[in-house]
Amino acid sequence: MSQAPDFVVHDEGDSVGVVVVEGVKAGQDLIGWIMDQDRTINFTVKDDIPIGHKLAIRDIDPDSTVIKYSVDIGRTTAPVSQGEHLHVHNTKTKRW
Amino acid sequence: MDLKNQTFLGYRRENGRVGVRNHVIVLPVDDISNAAAEAVANNVKGALALPHPYGRLQFGEDLELHFRTLIGTGCNPNVAAVIVIGIEPGWTQRVVAGIEATGKPVEGFWIEQNGDHNTIANASRRAKEFVHHATELQREPCPISELWVSTKCGESDTTSGCGANPTVGNAFDKLYGNGNTLLFGETSELTGGEHLVAERCRTPEVRENFQAMFDRYTDMINRWKTNDLSESQPTKGNIEGGLTTIEEKALGNIQKIGKECLVDGVLDKAEHPTGPGLWFMDSSSAAAEMVTLCGAAGFAVHYFPTGQGNVIGNPIVPVIKITANARTVRTMQEHIDTDVTGLLRREINPDQAGDSLLDMTVRTANGRHTAAEVLGHREFVLTRLFESA
Repeated sequence: MSQAPDFVVHDEGDSVGVVVVEGVKAGQDLIGWIMDQDRTINFTVKDDIPIGHKLAIRDIDPDSTVIKYSVDIGRTTAPVSQGEHLHVHNTKTKRW
Repeated sequence: MDLKNQTFLGYRRENGRVGVRNHVIVLPVDDISNAAAEAVANNVKGALALPHPYGRLQFGEDLELHFRTLIGTGCNPNVAAVIVIGIEPGWTQRVVAGIEATGKPVEGFWIEQNGDHNTIANASRRAKEFVHHATELQREPCPISELWVSTKCGESDTTSGCGANPTVGNAFDKLYGNGNTLLFGETSELTGGEHLVAERCRTPEVRENFQAMFDRYTDMINRWKTNDLSESQPTKGNIEGGLTTIEEKALGNIQKIGKECLVDGVLDKAEHPTGPGLWFMDSSSAAAEMVTLCGAAGFAVHYFPTGQGNVIGNPIVPVIKITANARTVRTMQEHIDTDVTGLLRREINPDQAGDSLLDMTVRTANGRHTAAEVLGHREFVLTRLFESA
């Protein structure tokens, strides 16, 4: 059986992963599982991140497209660096 | 699971449809008949009142939807017999006539020139006979392909998109290949993934109809919105659960239609499908409204994946709750029927998760009460299109 991941990523081209365990704290080393390619990545998270919330898995410039499921899910309103919490404080919809 | 040889024990109705519950319902035509309907259900154990706040001075398309929803609810194969109560005979008999077409026992009562007391007494006597009738009906083995299954997710979070919704998608792919009748909807909640649904439409005509429904809904939102809809769509709960934008929510949502199903047709709200396959219903994304419309469209079992823990149920349709969120399982376990948190721990794969949902489907169809049924969740919420006259 494979090791249980701390976060999952749909596709290796995505900008973000999703934390799937409770209690993730800044500075913690996390195990990520990229589901479509079925491979594991590791890095250090920079913020406390609640279960279900996203972390950037690469550096993202402000006003850039955020990719998840290999599809556009919105644009950043601030720079987001790898391992940071990505949510409504730094990302907005392109619709409505 | 070998679906071709899988059967469930269902109630074969007069029109050939198969139900998984055996309700005798007391259906008010309008808001002011709720008290009488509830009194009848109180008098007659085994009868279930479906109170709601509408039915007066509606007109046009909104009135048509009101009748379609009430008649469709009465026609649902999970319903054995129906008492209809309205304030006056005209609209009451219109609902009765719509339900009568199924051949099931139905009778209408009206309050004007009778008063609540006589209406309640007369309707209670009839409801008692209907309960005797219903409780003598027997379940019989039916092929699983005769089970109509709808889906809508709620209080979604990011675990919905990578766990619970793909589980429904896996089960839908298998049921689709088995010739089942399936339904999804939530028009506004496809925003950002609508092109992916359009690509899955079986014919150019279906695609055109789907796109027209999607565009109409988007125009409605643009006409009334006062901001970017954040906290409404996605909801406050979605955001709490980590969903950031409508696009992200939509891409998670459409995992429910699997990888192989094609969209065979589109339906207006509460409209019945005309054959097997996957149908899209132009509908609200609000849980109780959407599940009520699914019941009115004739669906017998509902798949409801949730992230943060929406607790919704329906009076006549068993709602199966699925989650992949470990915190929700820990804090709200009594609401969850199928726990697929193992997917995100890499303990099970999507095929196994889909099979566990299909196993729960058969058990539910055979009679196991869902968490929502045991907890008494009977949300019956009619969709309104515009103001009363």
